[in-house]
Amino acid sequence: MEKNINITVKVWRQNGPKEKGRFESFKLNNISTDNSFLEMLDILNEQLINDNKEPVAFDHDCREGICGMCSLYINGHPHGPDDDVTTCQLHMRKFKDGQTITIEPWRSTAFPVIKDLIVDRRAFDKIIAAGGYVSVSTGGVPDANSIPIAKVDADEAMDSASCIGCGACVAACKNGSAMLFVSAKVSHLAMLPQGRVEAARRAKAMVAKMDELGFGNCTNTGACEVECPKNISLSNIARLNREFLSAKFQD
Amino acid sequence: MSKINARIPEGPLAQKWTNYKDHQKLVNPSNKRKLDVIIIGTGLAGASAAASLGEMGFNVKNFTIQDSPRRAHSIAAQGGINAAKNYPNDGDSVFRLFYDTIKGGDYRAREANVHRLAEVSNDIIDQCVAQGVPFAREYGGLLDNRSFGGAQVSRTFYAKGQTGQQLLLGAYQALMRQVELGSVTMHTRTELVDIVIVDGKARGIIARDLVTGELHRHFAHAVVLATGGYGNTFFLSTNAMGSNGSAIIKAYHKGAMFANPCYVQIHPTCIPVHGEFQSKLTLMSESLRNDGRIWVPKKKEDAEAIRAGKKKPSQLSEEERDYYLERRYPTYGNLVPRDVASRAAKERCDAGFGVGATGLAVYLDFKSSIDRLGQKTIEERYGNLFQMYEKIVDENPYETPMMIYPAIHYVMGGLWVDYELQTNIQGLFCCGEANFSDHGANRLGASALMQGLADGYFVLPYTIQNYLADDIATKRMTTNEPEFAEAENAVKARFEKLKNIKGNRSVDSFHKEFGLVMWDFVGMSRNKKGLQEAIEKIAAIKKEFWTNVRIPGNLTGMNIELEKASRLADFIEIGDLIARDALGREESCGGHFREEYQTPEGEALRQDDKFAYVSCWEFKGNDVAPELHKEELIYESVKMVQRNYK
Repeated sequence: MEKNINITVKVWRQNGPKEKGRFESFKLNNISTDNSFLEMLDILNEQLINDNKEPVAFDHDCREGICGMCSLYINGHPHGPDDDVTTCQLHMRKFKDGQTITIEPWRSTAFPVIKDLIVDRRAFDKIIAAGGYVSVSTGGVPDANSIPIAKVDADEAMDSASCIGCGACVAACKNGSAMLFVSAKVSHLAMLPQGRVEAARRAKAMVAKMDELGFGNCTNTGACEVECPKNISLSNIARLNREFLSAKFQD
Repeated sequence: MSKINARIPEGPLAQKWTNYKDHQKLVNPSNKRKLDVIIIGTGLAGASAAASLGEMGFNVKNFTIQDSPRRAHSIAAQGGINAAKNYPNDGDSVFRLFYDTIKGGDYRAREANVHRLAEVSNDIIDQCVAQGVPFAREYGGLLDNRSFGGAQVSRTFYAKGQTGQQLLLGAYQALMRQVELGSVTMHTRTELVDIVIVDGKARGIIARDLVTGELHRHFAHAVVLATGGYGNTFFLSTNAMGSNGSAIIKAYHKGAMFANPCYVQIHPTCIPVHGEFQSKLTLMSESLRNDGRIWVPKKKEDAEAIRAGKKKPSQLSEEERDYYLERRYPTYGNLVPRDVASRAAKERCDAGFGVGATGLAVYLDFKSSIDRLGQKTIEERYGNLFQMYEKIVDENPYETPMMIYPAIHYVMGGLWVDYELQTNIQGLFCCGEANFSDHGANRLGASALMQGLADGYFVLPYTIQNYLADDIATKRMTTNEPEFAEAENAVKARFEKLKNIKGNRSVDSFHKEFGLVMWDFVGMSRNKKGLQEAIEKIAAIKKEFWTNVRIPGNLTGMNIELEKASRLADFIEIGDLIARDALGREESCGGHFREEYQTPEGEALRQDDKFAYVSCWEFKGNDVAPELHKEELIYESVKMVQRNYK
């Protein structure tokens, strides 16, 4: 049911990667609880522009929880207090009248801040480029039904493949590890016969790239799984460890 | 000679593509390395084209405005992708997919292109499975299919409610493999701001680095636009916030024809608008219409009581409900095409039977399917969509029927292209939603993914060679040529002009005002008077925008308001084109509904003797009316009839 609340937002402002950042606070009145969190930021920015100030820069695009672009650290949680949603699907009904909401960018060595709440996540692309694919080119592939795949395997691969690459796992991890992201892709492809062929090579290459890019180590705290908006399971990390170890044994 | 020549190959329809491939020119491997291709966009069409051309050995430069190529809006497509595999043995064939697409498009698409699309559809499924796309499967291990609107067969492949995501990730991964191998250079957070034409041929682009604000020049032997649709012209749509029509407007300004701008698809199943600060509309996949039944109350008193919160939908008995699609269209029922379903919802709501606080909503009810199949099956099929609905609306759709209403979703119109996907500017190609080519006046569900991937994997990699084969002797340019300098200076001047307006209103405030004019006068149903009024209102908004917009910040560094302002200026141009095209097309067809042209039952009434053509608009200068050219549509294999889904 619709009602309105008054809130204070404490937002991280930073002009560029090498600039010093700071918090700025703004009061917002009469925010409808039916608004999404990003619509609340739209209202804030409209207010700032009308006051001749610079609006807050934040990443967003599809606003339906699938593109993985939005990336806000809200009151100490990646994507905020609600479960299983991205920031764009978080609604103001999850907040109370009079509340102060702290908004920060993802904080990780591998994701440098570009401006305000926007970070550079190209490191994820580099990890995929290192081996997160099946090495087939366009054309000349067998008929889609020539290899049957057990439904349970296809379903499980789909669950791993539903990672949106937002980086919440990295932001949630005290070590800044990308293990959940990497393991989801390694698992997705290793569970299907098409990806099985180069599973060992893939696991090694992606882990090596992750280490090279400055992501931290996994110490199994499980924070990534808790904060993942798409419920990517920790069991993916166990599978990655198995794939990685067996690949090393083969060396 | 006419500027419009579709260059459709000779021969019988089913042989055209084979004949073309047998006789087209090819580029040998050692020459491919010497040829540069720029591809703008990394959605299904852009990523698949960039990956495929890279694999073939061309030197590809790929650009995206997002932080990663994986974010393109193709990712949000939910329901599925069509193909003529006929795995369910229910009578499908290449011809039937072709025929359904032509009929679904209300006989306003080019036969030869659509047939080719149907022909390559099966290759797409094979390709995606080989990449590791986890399509849904049966217990026997083979691929599962579902049905979609406008077809009587089940030909839609899907990956839960995230088919677009999985297909895009497949293409993205193939693309990143080429990036690693060095055949594709990726430019993220970079926007095309102009196209450079040298001696009548597209030879490069001016790109703006969205992080630094710097302008860069890039040369290529050919430029491919795969930048998606312009649905955000309407402000509220199911498109992503960054989706825009600027690349195709730049092409239009350089002389490329803009085809069928008025063919805009309104999707029937979106979450209704809730308030003035709403930033976008969320789609609920068409696949839901497989198991959901659409209804409104039969009696106005019940609708009023529901709107006032005095009654709940569950309190209405079967007899008190009007399943209006099943009533009006018994053969297709809830699975009529999108345009038909959208207009039927609007008709009921306008007549006073709508529900929800605003009265602009209808129910999509899963109760009978849950009773028949069990909640678990429904959860397996649509779990993520139901969760998304609940997060947004705060109601549980397993218990209370969903509320839905039509919203702008997709555009069939776009840059005019010939059979080879080349615009009328040589060397400038256009793929995916950005072109006008395959969907006529209305697109069928699960055909956008098919078209994007068809263009990128299986059509462009052939047809672009036919052009590049004549260009192997052309040396790479330095980008110091006067044409590059001129284009860059014009871009610089335009951004400075925008920045220096220093007015009083935000970009969004203009976009909302403009979007509302578009929705009210150029939306789901249109008439002559309204369209004339819209053209005047759009001109007035344009004038105010260029004198009163306020853009904080600087030209250097990241400036999101500046990006938005530049794109809105282009949307305003597109809005004017949509209205003009809709005004000129005195008939109703597909997504274009003119109130003056309907059957006594309220169905779209085409005027085939006058309007069986593609309208192609040529830019004639700022604030000057564009010139209309026509590509006549000649049907050799299909007889034009009134669409009948009854």
